[in-house]
Amino acid sequence: MTQGMYTVTENTPLTSSVYRMRLAGDTSALTAPGQFINIRLDGHFLRRPISVCDYDAESITIIYKVVGKGTEQMAQIQAGQTLDVLCGLGNGFSVEKSGERPVLVGGGVGVPPLYHLCKQLIAKGKTVSVVLGFNSADEVFYKNEFEALGATVFVATADGTLGTKGFVTDVLGDLDYDYFYTCGPMPMFLAMEKIMRTSGQYSFEERMGCGFGACMGCSCKTKYGNKRICRDGPVLEREEIIW
Amino acid sequence: MVNTRVDLCGISIDNPIIPASGTFGFGYEFAEYYDINCLGTFSFKGTTKDPRFGNPTPRIAECEAGMINAVGLQNPGVDAVISHELPLLKKCFSKPVMANVSGFSIEDYAYTCQKLDACEQIGWFEVNISCPNVHGGGMSFGTSPEQAAAVTRAVKAVTTKPVFIKLSPNVTDIASIAKACEEAGADGISLINTLLGMRIDLKTKRPVIANKMGGFSGPAIKPVALRMVYQVYEAVSIPIIGMGGVSSAEDVIEFMLAGATAVQVGAANLVNPFICRDIINELPAVMQKYRIDNLTDIIGGAHHG
Repeated sequence: MTQGMYTVTENTPLTSSVYRMRLAGDTSALTAPGQFINIRLDGHFLRRPISVCDYDAESITIIYKVVGKGTEQMAQIQAGQTLDVLCGLGNGFSVEKSGERPVLVGGGVGVPPLYHLCKQLIAKGKTVSVVLGFNSADEVFYKNEFEALGATVFVATADGTLGTKGFVTDVLGDLDYDYFYTCGPMPMFLAMEKIMRTSGQYSFEERMGCGFGACMGCSCKTKYGNKRICRDGPVLEREEIIW
Repeated sequence: MVNTRVDLCGISIDNPIIPASGTFGFGYEFAEYYDINCLGTFSFKGTTKDPRFGNPTPRIAECEAGMINAVGLQNPGVDAVISHELPLLKKCFSKPVMANVSGFSIEDYAYTCQKLDACEQIGWFEVNISCPNVHGGGMSFGTSPEQAAAVTRAVKAVTTKPVFIKLSPNVTDIASIAKACEEAGADGISLINTLLGMRIDLKTKRPVIANKMGGFSGPAIKPVALRMVYQVYEAVSIPIIGMGGVSSAEDVIEFMLAGATAVQVGAANLVNPFICRDIINELPAVMQKYRIDNLTDIIGGAHHG
């Protein structure tokens, strides 16, 4: 983990409530896809933990949804402003375990951390399928970006306005894969847990205090003992999760 | 050259900055971020007789200038603290550490403290009779002078190291409880623990925290904490560790003027993991600004004249 000041280079809406922000600064603390950063905002006591969508040697891309006062404030931030950021938090996805034909399953604002994962898996020569679930066509983002990486992308929308009508599980039933990675809401996880046929990794969300393991605010029980979502997670392996 | 050294019950510490229990784990994870030997000491995660998972999540709610937690004393239990946590701490911290202990009965407190007393790494006890997040114990001992004195006596009977009793602000007369602890043999008083608070989510129309209520901490509680340190300083003659919203070197000096010999930093660690190091680095310059040569000289300074 590092703390530093990052310069916002872009903050643009992708949909009516989802924004993409790019931050320039030290990314040396990022060691795996699926890690997150914790952003300090003026007037808010606690930081805002946001998953890293993509990163390179000097910049970080995050995608966030406006859900409360903190993210409303984030949406107002202009390019050129600086932000105090804790970088390189959480364990991230383990790329090594992917098999040859992994499927990445994202639900809504759970989609972003899968992007850099997809990039790494494709760089390793894996055949990657991506299943993205949204409520409606106007909420869909990053379908084209995943396709541009070389993944086969499937979209499910609850109202049927794009792709398969229904949920990610309606796509996954017929899909061929030998490992899975997923990030999304709990109802999606519970539905997936019933039908997934392989090992895999789930990335969880929890209300956090610190984001780096000090406060024990986001603890959960696993088959391997108590874990902190922020530090020992957010990614847990399917085999260890107690649902 | 200013002197930041203070004496805490016969143990001289380099500076009065102490990360508060529950915001610093067992220290070694913070040692990945900076050399924690710069600290005066730190108070480790509240330890109980048996392992505890704590309360269901969500355990955290944000507030104006602070936060509420209802962690509920999650800890691996005293045996694992001795066999696992303290050896890991020893690799990165060469100073005496403060052992924060909680319990659900007077026997619990005595059992846990007696076991920890044998650990040479431990310099002091901080006995938490003020946790608002557990039922049937914790805070209930801290809300009556008789119960507070009973815990103090039980712990003092089985320990050789200085014992601080950590008091709850959720009482009518904190000075009388501090006084009862002093008379029962406490070597120092530590205050304040968190204020009982809550938040309600307008979307779900339910409390944010699964346990409904929790402990409110952060800069918002600093005036309450200062007032209580000031009151307790008038009531007792043993050292006080002050805390409540501390997040700068100026805050440290303010608490010492109110009567604190040392100062703990709690919620601020969770927002800026480097804050204790930063405060220690800034302290000499802030002392010079206010013409303070020896920190010891200002303890209780606000009471004079």
